[in-house]
Amino acid sequence: MSEIDLPIAAPTIDKVGLRAVGLAAIALPVLAGPFLASEYWINAIIVPFLILSLAGLGLNLLTGYAGQLSLGAGAFMMVGAYATFSLQLRVPDLPLPLALVVSGLIAAALGLAFGIPSTRIKGFYLIVSTLAAQFFFEWLFLKFPWFYDGNSSATIALPRGLTVFGLNAETPHGRYYLTLGTVLLVTLLSFNLVRSQTGRNWMATRDMDTAAAVIGVPVVRAKLQAFAVSSFILGIAGALWAFAYLGSASVQSFGLSRSYQILFIIIIGGLGTIRGAYLGAAFVSLLPLALDWLFQHLFSGHVDAGLLQNIQKGIFGLLIMWFLIKEPEGLARLLGVKLPARRRLFPSSQT
Amino acid sequence: MTTPTRPALELKNVSLSFKGVKAISELSFRVEAGEICALIGPNGAGKSSLLNILNGVYVPDAGEIILEGEHFSRMQPLEAARRGIGRGFQNNALFSGMSVIDNAITGLSRHSRLTLVEEMFRLPRARHEERRFRERAHEVLRLFGLDRHAATVVGTLPYGVQKKVELARAIVAEPRLVLLDEPLAGMNASEKQEIAAVIARLNRELKLTIVLIEHDIGIVLELAHHVVVLDYGRKLADGPPETIRDNPDVIAAYLGSERAEIAA
Repeated sequence: MSEIDLPIAAPTIDKVGLRAVGLAAIALPVLAGPFLASEYWINAIIVPFLILSLAGLGLNLLTGYAGQLSLGAGAFMMVGAYATFSLQLRVPDLPLPLALVVSGLIAAALGLAFGIPSTRIKGFYLIVSTLAAQFFFEWLFLKFPWFYDGNSSATIALPRGLTVFGLNAETPHGRYYLTLGTVLLVTLLSFNLVRSQTGRNWMATRDMDTAAAVIGVPVVRAKLQAFAVSSFILGIAGALWAFAYLGSASVQSFGLSRSYQILFIIIIGGLGTIRGAYLGAAFVSLLPLALDWLFQHLFSGHVDAGLLQNIQKGIFGLLIMWFLIKEPEGLARLLGVKLPARRRLFPSSQT
Repeated sequence: MTTPTRPALELKNVSLSFKGVKAISELSFRVEAGEICALIGPNGAGKSSLLNILNGVYVPDAGEIILEGEHFSRMQPLEAARRGIGRGFQNNALFSGMSVIDNAITGLSRHSRLTLVEEMFRLPRARHEERRFRERAHEVLRLFGLDRHAATVVGTLPYGVQKKVELARAIVAEPRLVLLDEPLAGMNASEKQEIAAVIARLNRELKLTIVLIEHDIGIVLELAHHVVVLDYGRKLADGPPETIRDNPDVIAAYLGSERAEIAA
């Protein structure tokens, strides 16, 4: 026994050290990011990437962890954005970070309400219910001018801009740190949650719901909690998308194509993993840019620009298909730390 | 707490049908507290359906379930778990994407008293409960020799090991009554002996009442204190293993050619 355990125990220490070095290697450029990247990169690439990761994370808790298919990601992002707008407009004393949290809670309550059908129906039928949320909120926020303060373009923008406790966050650096801080905090909390009993209840519901109920998992509560937590995160992501990335938004910013985009992010990145949301968001936001750059260099001037754009979209779609056939479990599986490595962190001789 | 004369479980005239087809007809029997009761019978006799009624997965058409003196016309899955009924499934119903220890800890779900916020921020209460659950799960995994698989994703393990995880998950929450659907199926002879010994030990040391479905008659006669024979949803025989073995109806309907083997 001991001759097996010893060589297993030794690399564990190295691994922990390695992990710390790796973490520092990631943390430094992340924190120093704004000083290394150009303004264009921050505004047009990094900030939207972070927000899409956050939205992906939110949907992944519901779809990837709890197994509840949803096409309503855009709807709950929309709720978050419009709620933040209303709060900033009508409750001017509430600082932006708190407004974000309250908007998240409003999105959570509405997400929970639209999640109630999930206690009765599953899979593709559930998609219909979440799709109803998508269409309902698109209609609601256009129909009543109260939601966009009756302005003529039916768009929303923060009345006092991005201010965090009196500090102006309207600069690229401000947007970056606001987004990054939110994303890191929510990621940490989500990570804690999926490793706790609630996370296990979600996965149990996903893997085998009848057995889960029989062994005492409160399946109905688990599903509703997943809808609420997921919508909370999506709501915050929506508010950031509207005000930290776009500046001003409308219902169209959160249409059905947004819901699809978020769903693709987690399918490509890896369902049921935290890092999958980041990998998927990177894929979705960086690959089109890479294609664009490539095409500019290869065909610029020779081929009509409009045609070029359509070809790019076609190639992007083909790449997604090719990739999903090659690795159906997503990038997280392809790039992630293999599970056997984690097994070694648990010494087998715990007696 | 329980008077010695009161059975742990009693069924009275329970019937179940699927779209008009009778699966169980007017079935009645008692399971005494602390005994191992084996349900035997050919495939389709209604054995698994019966366990599913007791767990609240199926709703019986008629009849009564009496659990520790309380009468029910039907069970609810969560209610059954709350009242201390554990369950192991026939074809592993494990959470295949989760590790062995997470599967076991999930069995403790009904004992969790945490709020989402406590879990998100890993407040002291959350850390304390997590540690308690983890220790309890390790304790049970050790009982089945599963400790070294604790962090392995359960879907990647061989069938026989998965069966053990299924058992571990069924008893982790310290149920008073456990329903096991073919806990030994698909195991080799030595694994069967090992698991049968664990089941006997759980029954003896923890006074656990066990209802199990098993096809291996040799093991049933060795393990069970009480055997109920089902055929086409009806009770064919009910009694201690010795009388079942010699019952001509049972031999005709179920044991058939295995008679020689049993007599030996």
